[in-house]
Amino acid sequence: MYVLSAIVSLTLLGLFLGLLLGIAGKYLKVESSPIVDELEALLPGSQCGQCGFPGCRPAAEALADGNAPATMCPPGGSALAEQIAALLGLDLDLSDVKEPELLVARVSEDTCTGCTRCFKVCPTDAIVGAPKQIHAVVADACIACKKCVEVCPTECLQMHPIEVTLRNWRWAKPLNVPVQAMGTGSNAIC
Amino acid sequence: MLSFFKKPRFRGGVHAEEHKTATAALPIASNFPLPKKLYIPLQQHVGKPAEPLIMVGEKVLKGQLLAYSQGLISAPVHAPSSGVIVDVNDYPAPHPSALPIRMIVLETDGKDEWVKTQTVDDPFQLNPEEISLRVGAAGIVGLGGATFPTAVKLNMGRENHVDTLIINGSECEPYLCCDDRLMQERAVEIIDGVRLMLHGMTNSSGTNLHLPEGGRAGQPGMKTERAVVAIEDNKPLAFVAMLAAAEPYPTVSVIQIPTRYPMGWDRQLIGYVTGKEVPVGCRSSEVGVTIHNVGTAYAVHKAIRYGQPLLSRVVTVAGGAVKRPMNVEVPFGTLISELFEFCEVDKEQTARIIMGGPMMGDSLPHVGLPTVKATSGILALTQSELKNTDEQPCIRCASCVSVCPAGLRPLDMANNIRINQLDAAVDLGLKDCISCGCCSYICPSNIPLVQFFKYASGEVMARQQAQHKSEQTKRLIDARNARMERIARQQREDELVRIAAKAERERLKAEQEALV
Repeated sequence: MYVLSAIVSLTLLGLFLGLLLGIAGKYLKVESSPIVDELEALLPGSQCGQCGFPGCRPAAEALADGNAPATMCPPGGSALAEQIAALLGLDLDLSDVKEPELLVARVSEDTCTGCTRCFKVCPTDAIVGAPKQIHAVVADACIACKKCVEVCPTECLQMHPIEVTLRNWRWAKPLNVPVQAMGTGSNAIC
Repeated sequence: MLSFFKKPRFRGGVHAEEHKTATAALPIASNFPLPKKLYIPLQQHVGKPAEPLIMVGEKVLKGQLLAYSQGLISAPVHAPSSGVIVDVNDYPAPHPSALPIRMIVLETDGKDEWVKTQTVDDPFQLNPEEISLRVGAAGIVGLGGATFPTAVKLNMGRENHVDTLIINGSECEPYLCCDDRLMQERAVEIIDGVRLMLHGMTNSSGTNLHLPEGGRAGQPGMKTERAVVAIEDNKPLAFVAMLAAAEPYPTVSVIQIPTRYPMGWDRQLIGYVTGKEVPVGCRSSEVGVTIHNVGTAYAVHKAIRYGQPLLSRVVTVAGGAVKRPMNVEVPFGTLISELFEFCEVDKEQTARIIMGGPMMGDSLPHVGLPTVKATSGILALTQSELKNTDEQPCIRCASCVSVCPAGLRPLDMANNIRINQLDAAVDLGLKDCISCGCCSYICPSNIPLVQFFKYASGEVMARQQAQHKSEQTKRLIDARNARMERIARQQREDELVRIAAKAERERLKAEQEALV
């Protein structure tokens, strides 16, 4: 008798809770996982495909499912990997993540024919020009997606590393440490 | 016994071997031969570079304005001697990278002919605003090495309620003794400069735009009441000379402070002299203190009394490879190679060239670089004077923690930076690191701690810029997508209109045909 009442009550409870979950699932439905949206917002959004996924949205989904490592985005480098790891609560060793080499597109003025193909594909409108006029790249807006290089018929658009000046010069990471004077800092204080 | 419980008046720091005695005993050499060519950088200060207003081939006189300051924080550049401008172009900067920077090249004519200067009989009759204007026009910047434009600091002193002016004569870096000699030989001039600075910080109008009504500031006639000249107790002669020079003036006091690096760090000095701690992220003027270097005070004296702009400075040339170590007054733009020739530097023995002190100075790749306003010293160190960099594992002795003047945990920060977890290092206070080098100096395992922090600070900056760029990229992509969509919609609508027009035409045609 006790066994029967236990079976009946548990079955009823199960049915009731199942119904409740079913209703909740229907009415409180989330369109997509919020974590995927957050991840997508972190990713560069240029849909470059260097990670092997067809775009930033699928990459974010893979990250959320745990099918991709936090270090998967080459243009984002370790800064992005650190943000992703913090969001997903992953433990991360970034010592062998390669920092992306910073590149910028440049038009060789000798061979540009002014065909306008490059600035039609530029996702950030970083190329300016007019038909039969030599085009130019706005370096600040160029994201080094290399789309223009692919379409250029005369190969006049090439990627170049960003020139190091006093403005963007940084100290290198001390790996093979050279001989140092006592401290050797940068700005004197006294 | 009670003093045992008192908060110590300074935190951390090290006492490195001083190496000052040989150089500090000699008077400042003024017989340095005028170089044939001077390479004068347009940026020798914090802020925007100066804008040149001379032309190549133009003849200039000593003290003539070569480039004017542009923007709020900037400083002009003057001709250190008379001669002809031969070039305005990019030359290697006195910086660890020796990357090119815009410079004016002046070929001196050897006459050293002055431009007409404006002397003032009683500068204390001048408006305080006029004092700052003249200090700014003379191109004076902080000569301790930070090179912040002095006029901007004086203005800040007028606008905030600054009650104490500290004159930094600590010169805590080993080897350097240019300020020591300056104080010994030109104490009267320095004290005059200090009094002029005090006058320049007086708020005559009483207006204040930066603090809310009812604050301490904004009272008419408010002024900085006192100046304190703080000199480390390893410079007794300089202290005596300054004390004698300051005696007639009750507003200027001269005190001795303990010899400990980095005593010259502004926050350390403020803490010691006034007992106030400057909060993180605040300027020293927010606790009512402004700091200037003794060299700056001397430059102010020359600029106000004689109308002479900042054209030269005393530079310490020292180190094991220097045969004749000395303090020498050199015009800006003098190549280090000429300075080394004058001081008989042994090239063979020189293992490292450093601009500034050995703790915080920059190591330079070669000697073909000019001296600038920030050059307090040029060191030619031998191999034996360099720190052994044979890195060993951390033994967790926490020496770096106890010497850190900023109260950070260098070993933890370095461990985070080693595996590129920069955000974690920032959480531990990376941004409060002043790169003083005490941690690297004290570390028994020779871990390059400060080098890690300097790398990380640059990297954090680069990441911030990258973040900014990625936000901008997203905006650009959105704008482009919106435009593309608009164009496509427009085309669709045009197409529909065209189809409708065609249908209408055909209908009319069919009607006409039906009529016929």
